[in-house]
Amino acid sequence: MDIATIVQVLESTLRLATPLLFACLAGLISERAGIFDIGLEGKMLMAAFVSAAIAFVSGNVWIGASAAIFASVMLSLLHGVASITFRGNQLISGVAINFLAAGITVVVAQNWFRQGGRTPSLSGDARMQRIDLPFVDALRDVPVLGPVYTILSGHAPLVYVAFLCVPLTWYLLFRTRFGLRLRAVGENPAAVDTAGISVIGLRYGAVAICGVLCGLAGAYLATGLSAGFVKDMTAGRGFIALAAMIFAKWRPWHAMWAVLLFGLLEAVANRFQNIEILGIGIPVQAMQALPYILTVVILAGFVGKAIPPRAGGAPYVKEH
Amino acid sequence: MTALKPLALTASVLALTAGIAQADAPALMFDMGGKFDKSFNEAAYNGAERWRESTGGTYREIEISAEAQRVQFARRLAEAGSDPIVVLGFANEPTLVEVAPDYPDTAFVLIDAVVDLPNVRSVIFAEQEGSYLVGMLAAMATETNTISFVGGMEIPLITAFACGYAQGAKAVNPDINVIVNYTGSTPAAWNDPVRGGEIAQAQFSQGSDIVFAAAGGTGLGVLQAAEDAGLKSIGVDSNQNHLHPGSVLTSMLKLVDQAVYDAFTDGPDMETGVVVMDLAAGGVGYAVDEHNEHLISAEMIDAVEAARAAIIAGELSVHDYRTDSTCPAF
Repeated sequence: MDIATIVQVLESTLRLATPLLFACLAGLISERAGIFDIGLEGKMLMAAFVSAAIAFVSGNVWIGASAAIFASVMLSLLHGVASITFRGNQLISGVAINFLAAGITVVVAQNWFRQGGRTPSLSGDARMQRIDLPFVDALRDVPVLGPVYTILSGHAPLVYVAFLCVPLTWYLLFRTRFGLRLRAVGENPAAVDTAGISVIGLRYGAVAICGVLCGLAGAYLATGLSAGFVKDMTAGRGFIALAAMIFAKWRPWHAMWAVLLFGLLEAVANRFQNIEILGIGIPVQAMQALPYILTVVILAGFVGKAIPPRAGGAPYVKEH
Repeated sequence: MTALKPLALTASVLALTAGIAQADAPALMFDMGGKFDKSFNEAAYNGAERWRESTGGTYREIEISAEAQRVQFARRLAEAGSDPIVVLGFANEPTLVEVAPDYPDTAFVLIDAVVDLPNVRSVIFAEQEGSYLVGMLAAMATETNTISFVGGMEIPLITAFACGYAQGAKAVNPDINVIVNYTGSTPAAWNDPVRGGEIAQAQFSQGSDIVFAAAGGTGLGVLQAAEDAGLKSIGVDSNQNHLHPGSVLTSMLKLVDQAVYDAFTDGPDMETGVVVMDLAAGGVGYAVDEHNEHLISAEMIDAVEAARAAIIAGELSVHDYRTDSTCPAF
């Protein structure tokens, strides 16, 4: 295996990990506040469609991304209304959002563009352009630093935003007053309420942030990674992100490593479809199943006990 | 008996009126993926529309959205008196095995699979022959001596595309390197342009400069990745040359529209049995139009046309992966 191959696989890893990272951090913030969110997939899908549709109509990818964030936040608020205000079951509300997004995107796309439930292909400014970091050509041949810098260069801006979100999320959760309260609301909402802070308000804040991040994930998927929306294009990435979040035990830095691992596995499966180890050929299916097998292993508790926030999944009922 | 009489009368009146409204109107049942998929199903729709415009006739159509609807909808069309009924897709083979014997006076047409019943016409395409021709074109156009293939689901039908493509390429240049990859092993593999694009980029990093996508919606991501990398791609089923003019080298055509048009034209008294839409029958081919004519030289056309003539004359046979699950070119 030469350097060029490793560089290619790691570049692909970064690209594939980005939507997972956004979605993983989205779920992390929501669940830290005590709101389980299995609707990440649906929100990403909706955002992917809206970003592609609006970017196509307006010809500007950033208008598309803004619309995607708006649409995703709307779905988040729907989840909030159902599970915070009306104290419904958070899992059911999340599933409903997944179904809603899967159906509505295709129906609207079909009526709007008449292309079989997809948006027209994006080109030019309607797509997220890749940016080259400065001096990438000059540094390319420097040993060690060169390949590493090449891997980091030449991605869509949202890739860098995603990785910047990791320290930001960490800072928000563990170094700000808002973060402290947010975590408290996920562990012991009654205590927060006793201190005179609005549990409802904090939880709505968390699902709104979750919506923004899912919106970015979907926008990157449709306008950065590919060039347009195709039905069901999230292809289970929202669920992989949930698995990564549990793997990371609801911690931002660990979440980054977890999604990089999932991204790497997918990149490796794409690159080495017919791999031979010790003379035994490993079939494609086994390679492509790796992320899912890993998910099962992780969820079976291989990584030790993953304890969710204590008040997760439970609607808060004020005592009288 | 007396209680049943009015019911029977109503039923016969209903049947009569239905018969007047839809006297032997043909029907078309789309497969999963939907009518406007820019590919397989849309080609069938175009064929039906062409028939409607040229004859002024009407036809019924139905789109399934879940596996469980296959038998139900096929039965409903037969009950409504539609004849012939064209059913699309290899996944409908069990559907017709179940439904067709119950309606012996109705003609059924199955596209992409074979059902051996007296009232079923099975239309199958020689995808390996069309793929052979685009494989030749790719081998002549490559500058890196490496070409690649991205399939959707790994099923024998798609492997037959890959196998024909590799045979064609190796006929031009026995030393050419053909990379064959698949998107997945579940139906999600037809709708994952992101993974398609990543697989294509991985192939480009291995030296490929022309990629053939036989992967439904996933293929759009493959064609896009080729355009982004400044390389070439080959489309499938419908003519996809217009999607990225100058980057799509050609498209492997599968004339599903012709099969539907023929079935509608032949009507209820059609000849049943197996119809092979191969090169000789004009069922498969490659697309040259104003979007790609500058990419394909006269010598390339000459070579491909010679191969086409040889295949039609029977002097050259392209191995079909589906017959024995092996491929001489892999």
